[in-house]
Amino acid sequence: MKPAIQRRLFLLGALLVAGGALGVIAWGGIGDNLVYFWTPAQVAANADKAVGATIRLGGVVQAGTVHWEQDQQLLTFTVGESTVDTKTPLQVEAKSAPPQMFREGIGVVVEGTMRTDGVFSADKVMVKHSNEYRAPTGEADVKKLYATVEDL
Amino acid sequence: MISILGRTAILVALAACMVGAVAGLYGGARRSADAARWARAMAWTFFGATLVGVGLMEFALLTHDFSVHYVAEVGSRSSPTWITVVSLWSSLSGSILFWAFILGAYAAAQAWYTRKRYPEHSSYAMGMTLVVGVFFSFLVAGDANPFTPVSPVPLDGPGPNPLLQNHMLMVVHPPMLYLGYVGMTVPFAMGAAALLAGRITPAWSRALRNAMLVPWGFLTLGIILGGWWSYDVLGWGGYWAWDPVENASFLPWLTSTAFLHSAMLMERKDQLKGWTLTLLMGSFLLTILGTFMTRSGVFNSVHSFTQSPIGPIFLTFLALVLTFSVLLLAARIDKLSPPRDGLNGPASRDTAIMAQNLLFAAFTFTVLLGTTWPLINEAISGEKISVGGPYFNKWGVPLSFMLVFLMGVGPALPWGRASLDAVVKRFLVPLGIAVLVVAGCAAMGWTKPWPLAVFGVSAFAAVITLQEMAAPGLARWRKKGGNLATALVQASLRTRRRQAGYVVHLGVVLVAIGVAGSSGWRNVEQLTLRPGETGKAGRYSLTYVEHRTDKDSHRSSELARIHVATDDADLGFLEPRMNTYPRMGSPLPAPAVRSVPGEDLYLSIVKIDTKTGLLSFQAVIQPLVWWIWFGGLVMALGAALAAWPSRRRSTARLAHAKPDTAGVAASVKAST
Repeated sequence: MKPAIQRRLFLLGALLVAGGALGVIAWGGIGDNLVYFWTPAQVAANADKAVGATIRLGGVVQAGTVHWEQDQQLLTFTVGESTVDTKTPLQVEAKSAPPQMFREGIGVVVEGTMRTDGVFSADKVMVKHSNEYRAPTGEADVKKLYATVEDL
Repeated sequence: MISILGRTAILVALAACMVGAVAGLYGGARRSADAARWARAMAWTFFGATLVGVGLMEFALLTHDFSVHYVAEVGSRSSPTWITVVSLWSSLSGSILFWAFILGAYAAAQAWYTRKRYPEHSSYAMGMTLVVGVFFSFLVAGDANPFTPVSPVPLDGPGPNPLLQNHMLMVVHPPMLYLGYVGMTVPFAMGAAALLAGRITPAWSRALRNAMLVPWGFLTLGIILGGWWSYDVLGWGGYWAWDPVENASFLPWLTSTAFLHSAMLMERKDQLKGWTLTLLMGSFLLTILGTFMTRSGVFNSVHSFTQSPIGPIFLTFLALVLTFSVLLLAARIDKLSPPRDGLNGPASRDTAIMAQNLLFAAFTFTVLLGTTWPLINEAISGEKISVGGPYFNKWGVPLSFMLVFLMGVGPALPWGRASLDAVVKRFLVPLGIAVLVVAGCAAMGWTKPWPLAVFGVSAFAAVITLQEMAAPGLARWRKKGGNLATALVQASLRTRRRQAGYVVHLGVVLVAIGVAGSSGWRNVEQLTLRPGETGKAGRYSLTYVEHRTDKDSHRSSELARIHVATDDADLGFLEPRMNTYPRMGSPLPAPAVRSVPGEDLYLSIVKIDTKTGLLSFQAVIQPLVWWIWFGGLVMALGAALAAWPSRRRSTARLAHAKPDTAGVAASVKAST
């Protein structure tokens, strides 16, 4: 073979190997670092995956469940699919003060993960309120909620 | 009235682009100087028409003419004047008009710059730029027309998105990004011209690289300012979140940076032509992809615009440009003259550039995959996910580390071949200093592995860069004697382009140090205080003095006055605020930052009770953030130095005397 062709083949081979390796690695890297957009019911349905995975949980703060320990900066509340959710309400614990608009019956998105004791441990609590706001009543509404909160 | 005038101006722009595109491409194919002149005249017309369009829109905004659709959408009588002026780019259709105007300005600059030079390529290039102009004028004239009349005319409008009103950086950040994005059109058109003509001369590759330097500098500045804006506005104390829209601006930056380096090999050695032109086409395609991602509403992001009908149009345009680029490259790549025999030694600057290019390609691939993966995934499984920051960091951090390392290695290596001994000798001092820096940081207790490694490699790169910058001056001084400072300055002026490149490299080093430091030692404290109480955050004591309410015409704000002190110094007051805009129900926090080179203290309100004054806030303490903004400024300054035209006027005049050959010869001469 001519040296020029040899070099080209070598280059092509090197590129293929590099590209392949990169693809495999990136694939694995993505799989480990996904952020799931789930409602409480979806978290319940994916209980096996939920522990340790990053989740953006969307739902409604249930009435009578908000509790804030000012000394420890510990906020606990329950999130449900809708204003009154008796099936899959999910206990949330966040190390933060309640955000400005935070209150019972409002839509929230909290980012964090499930702990083994069945409590959702949140790093971020996001609330969005607009003039046209009304409490989400179902999954479709919760999806809309994501759209409005994601930019916070 | 303004509606009619505005729409007329846009139609003129569209017509000018159409005529100019045809004339330019014809002029290139037939080597017709007349057609080329027509194309240039049309570029000027395009510019004029878009200038009139933008002027009319600003007039409508400032006079609150709510009969114009866009003014009714974003205008408001209560907005301060500066917000009204920048409203032009605060929403979709206005920003596309502004976009067309910038393209018009670039087209006119291109017409001016190539009017007496590069007869072989300039007509094609003008035509290609105007083809892109047709697309954008078409958008402004059609789906994104901001001049559509409104009836009945509303009495007042809602004003622009509060997030955008919250900060002065809105005045400069978007225009910088647009200047970067839109400017990529010109090098793309010039690259396409080279392929269409089937030949690339050293003068043309040089002009091509210069044409890329301008948008590259603006893009760099735009990205850094974007980070600054999110830092100062969004209240979470970060500047980069691997948000899809941030990635959209970063992707073309990666490929165009790779291009600027491989273009040196193309210009100097006639090598890597196919690859370099591929990077060029890729950069332009990524700007279109980025625009699509920002404006189509497929992603939800802080920086993006709302859902709009122009998504599919952009996607179509993207597909067309992609097909055109691939076909053109495939058809013409072999016509570009084959490379001169250029076997490079393993330890040479050439090899360093190639390695750098591979790393940049890998980086681009990683970011592109992570950014588009949610779309692909949702299309396949219907499940909504996003790719988290850790994925990007996992690859971005080591890749950036290697790139900074190469930035040190490359400039110290000679072109072609080098003896290993000489190479090792050159690296001894910088490596020694790097080791000292790492040891020093470790001794101070800064022991996080990645940031520490980045500090070391940054020191290494900085030392080599400074050595290389001083080398020509030192050589001159040793040879001729005299004043050292004068020798350094004179030698630097003589090698301005190279020195400018090194200035950019120093800026990169500063940014790398800032990013490593601020992400390595970020400390977030949550505090809740009553007026009069004092809390601790790191080494700061924060005393919540009082709260008060400010009312502006367009918003009301709740301010918390906080006194900041350390054990041995009084650092004055910070006033984070919570702004409420009537249009938006939920209040927006506006953080207060104390930024000094050593460390940033960043206070952002989480909740403030207007009656009792009970205040919950976040204190984010991050070292070295300041270095990122400063480094970005240095990078942009370097790009400006490199792109600044010098001695061009005289060469242009020379070219005018003998149009065909002298221009090339003069440009080549100017390059040495």
